Amino acid sequence: MSLLDLEQLYLRHGLLEAVRDFTLVVAEGETVALVGANGAGKTTLLRAVAGAHRPSAGRIGFDGADVTRVPAYRRVQMGIALVPEGRRLFPALTVEENLLVAAQRRRPGRWNVDTVIEAFPMLERLRGQRAATLSGGEQQAAAIGRALITNPRLLLLDEVSLGLAPLAVEDVYRSLATVIAEGATVIVVEQDLARAAAVADRVVCMLEGRIVLEGAAGELTREQITEAYFGLRRRGEVEA
Amino acid sequence: MTWVNDVIQGIMLGGFYGMLACGLALMFGLMRIINLAHGDIAVLGAYLIYVVLEHWNTSPFLAILPVLPVMLLLGYLLQRLLLERSLRSGLLVPLLTTFGLSIVIQNLLEQGFSPDVRSLGAQAGSIATSSWQITDQLSIPAIGALTLGVAIVIFGALQLFLSRTQPGRQMRATAQDPDTAELVGINSKAVYARATAIAVAIAAIGGMFLAIRSDFYPYSGPTYLIFAFEAVVIGGLGGSLWATLLGGIVLGVAQTIGGQINPEYPVLAGHIVFLLVLLSPRGGLVNLRRVTA
Repeated sequence: MSLLDLEQLYLRHGLLEAVRDFTLVVAEGETVALVGANGAGKTTLLRAVAGAHRPSAGRIGFDGADVTRVPAYRRVQMGIALVPEGRRLFPALTVEENLLVAAQRRRPGRWNVDTVIEAFPMLERLRGQRAATLSGGEQQAAAIGRALITNPRLLLLDEVSLGLAPLAVEDVYRSLATVIAEGATVIVVEQDLARAAAVADRVVCMLEGRIVLEGAAGELTREQITEAYFGLRRRGEVEA
Repeated sequence: MTWVNDVIQGIMLGGFYGMLACGLALMFGLMRIINLAHGDIAVLGAYLIYVVLEHWNTSPFLAILPVLPVMLLLGYLLQRLLLERSLRSGLLVPLLTTFGLSIVIQNLLEQGFSPDVRSLGAQAGSIATSSWQITDQLSIPAIGALTLGVAIVIFGALQLFLSRTQPGRQMRATAQDPDTAELVGINSKAVYARATAIAVAIAAIGGMFLAIRSDFYPYSGPTYLIFAFEAVVIGGLGGSLWATLLGGIVLGVAQTIGGQINPEYPVLAGHIVFLLVLLSPRGGLVNLRRVTA
């Protein structure tokens, strides 16, 4: 059964068309990796799914309902949570307050302040600290925790490894593996192709706002993804 | 000794300015709205208390009790019907909206209550006039002490609300990053409406003290708006709440000391301190730049 249903979605930033004619169906329990160069429209797409960016055309379906015009805060209640690019914790709030603020509209489920801190043990001693004072990895853990605490059915992760030390990235993905194993539906934007392919069931490659390559993670070769990533094949077609 | 007396009077006057500045700072800190109608809203509160007193012979301190929920509701509606719409069009439009609102309130008050000057000092009873004589030159007026006390209670309660309650946390989160706040499930429009409701109600409390301490008429608002605005800026725009109260106290002390130097100087002295803070490298101007950048 499909959980997320994007139909012919068009997203604009003013005159710039960031995402064009984008159709994607994500099944319940599936993990999809979105890959593509900077400016391919990945972040805009995730923000549109979360409700922070209003589509100029097209439809967003979630669990059978049309949510295209539903505001972001209501989508949280429906079970969509975004871990935004750059983590975007509330800097002057403590780690615990960052979690509590998001817990307001949490759906019933296993995630609460205590279970999140259990899942990210590094947060335990940081509970009372202002988020601004945390390291990048700690902030990322808190940001993921802040999304998990709403008990999402669809978790959107935007560049969770960006700017993190390799060890911190390991930590973050180890925790994510648990979440994914529990059956959460996840869309992850990731620059590291190997990691994207390892974590996801399906890889969707975007170029200039369109899907240029899509396939099961195990079946796509690194070369295919690289070609699509840089638009090599398409340029070849133009030349031919 | 007269200087000590001036400072003490100034601190108490500062409590009054802080009270008027409180709602202004709350709205600016959260939404970047400079509410130019804030002074008129305070005066409106004073008039509503006046109306209650016409039907119920009691003290203004009791008469404000039915006024507060009305002001909360007015603030909520003000945000939902007017400011929310104008916020969509950038920072300048709310400024113009509140400027217009200020004129509308003044004219409606004149229509409804005539331009006569009024005061609630008489109804407040002995508290408006009595004082504690400490020494020959040092006396503490009861109304001054009460003003400062109420100001401290208001700021303390608001601080507790912001730091300890869930709606308060939501308000701080929204002030820091409204976009992300929506993404974690906060309805920022509801948060804004709640904040404006609180700001308007606190303005009414300020209006009550205004009406007891001195007289008021439909066009009193802008004068007090300037003092409240100066208090916010001296405290550091977008800074902590307590800084706003401190800003009010600095302004109050500057005014009473200015008045001691020359009876014509109180307002001027306040403006000079305000300008000095604004011009100082670490003062309000720096914060203002950061905010608008």
